[in-house]
Amino acid sequence: MRRSIRTLGDVLILVALATYAIPFFWQLLTSFKPEAELLRVPPLLPSRLTLAHYRVVIEQSLMPRALGNSLGVATLTTLLALVIGLPGAYAVARLPLPGKRLLLLAIVASTAFPQIATVSPLYLLMRALDLRDTWAGLVLVHTSFALPLTIWLLAGFIREVPIEAEEAAAVDGAGLLGTFRWVVIPLLAPGLASAALLTFLFSWNEFLFAYTFTVSEASRTIPVALALFPGVFEVPWGDIAAASMLASFPPVLIVIVLQRFLVRGLVAGAVKE
Amino acid sequence: MTRRDAANRRRGMLLLAPTILALGALTVYPGVWVLWLSLQHRIPIFDVSRFAGLDNYAFLAVDPRFSNAARTTAVFTVTSVALEVVLGVTAALAIHARRGGRRLALSFLLLAWAMPAVVTAKLFEWLYHPTAGLINVALGARSINWLGDPRLALPAVVLADVWRTMPFVAILCYARLLAIPAELYEAAQVDGAGRLATLTRITLPMLARILLVAVLFRTLDALRAFDIMFVLTGGGPAGTTETLTVYAYRALFQTLQLGFGSALSVVVFLLVMAVAWAYLKLLRAGTVAA
Repeated sequence: MRRSIRTLGDVLILVALATYAIPFFWQLLTSFKPEAELLRVPPLLPSRLTLAHYRVVIEQSLMPRALGNSLGVATLTTLLALVIGLPGAYAVARLPLPGKRLLLLAIVASTAFPQIATVSPLYLLMRALDLRDTWAGLVLVHTSFALPLTIWLLAGFIREVPIEAEEAAAVDGAGLLGTFRWVVIPLLAPGLASAALLTFLFSWNEFLFAYTFTVSEASRTIPVALALFPGVFEVPWGDIAAASMLASFPPVLIVIVLQRFLVRGLVAGAVKE
Repeated sequence: MTRRDAANRRRGMLLLAPTILALGALTVYPGVWVLWLSLQHRIPIFDVSRFAGLDNYAFLAVDPRFSNAARTTAVFTVTSVALEVVLGVTAALAIHARRGGRRLALSFLLLAWAMPAVVTAKLFEWLYHPTAGLINVALGARSINWLGDPRLALPAVVLADVWRTMPFVAILCYARLLAIPAELYEAAQVDGAGRLATLTRITLPMLARILLVAVLFRTLDALRAFDIMFVLTGGGPAGTTETLTVYAYRALFQTLQLGFGSALSVVVFLLVMAVAWAYLKLLRAGTVAA
């Protein structure tokens, strides 16, 4: 009896959380609904499912270009943030630095930096350097914005790598690079994955800079293309639903497949002080 | 200082150089530049560009649109963070109480958190549709114009934001719950503590610190909120959902007042930094007391 009550409780909680995700599932259902049934609710369930909206989005909209742009910008941002951030994080975690306390404070403070604060000068800078509407421009601003969090996370993970392992490598005659390559990076792999995922998600989801610095399909990312999704006479709800699903596909995939690393990064970012 | 220390110091500086360069060029330099811009009258389309001193800031003091945006930002921040904390803790406790299927439960929550805010805005725009929206249908085929009614638009935006960000609070609390040693609960049981006493005397106090951190992160995020209202309502109707960041953005890029818009941006920046600073002081004081 008691056991069955507990099981019932478990099921109820799961149902409650599934209900929480209804906005997402409703959009998913909408993306497969025939056009004529979209504005006729109830009934909630469609009479049949159709791929028409996806066909429109893929064949007639700029979403495929935007997907490519987002994938490129987010991947390059992640790589650049790791390439710049990993050595920086190592220095912060392990090496003596002048003004280290102040430096750490500056890094923490800049994770709270509001984007609106620098968007106007960055706009002028992008224009002056002819970087508007390019991948390079977006990758640079995304990297600089993600960098403090990347360093913060990685420094925390590096501190967890036993220093004895590094000392042993040094005794064996490995230089800094060798220690990095053969000791630190392998032990750091899960942490690197967490930091990389969070950076990727930030860049993929980022809207304010992307909206400001992109002009055409040459560099427009997914959130921008979705925000500007065209409707001629009426709002194409079904097409927008399909486009939303494409825009959330990588984040959803990450949540399902790489959840462990995501949660670890999230928690580490908040707890390490 | 030994020679090895000196060498390590040089190495440290070298490793940190790319970071300093990137942040210097793309965060600090624009950060100084924006201060300079905020002291100017700068409207490129009319070819206006002259020094204005503190004129832009002086105007803010008498600008009703600014005080309205400040109020909206405050209401938005307080209500959404409060709701997130209550719902987040509840969700964390619920998932923690389960024996199986935690991964699936977490997935439902993370789903909402991980997708772009623009997608969230589109999701809710559809949910709030006056005739075909799921919310009105669920309320019994009403035709409430959620996003068009000045009294309902801000609550509607808050709800969308809470949906997207509550999972962040829930995940942090859940991770903390996992770290509470089981002996603590066993001891409470031995002492004859009931469920309610265990919750208020053990679980919630153990969550206090991580909650403070979560509230800090969420408050700073809410103060600079932009995506959701910009896409969902565009700040409307009648400016009821226009936050400071949305106002600043429109001044900068829609009415093209680079100087005035920059002054607004500086205000958002100062606001965020002031709250962060006050909060960290509070957090530190709490640590000493605990």
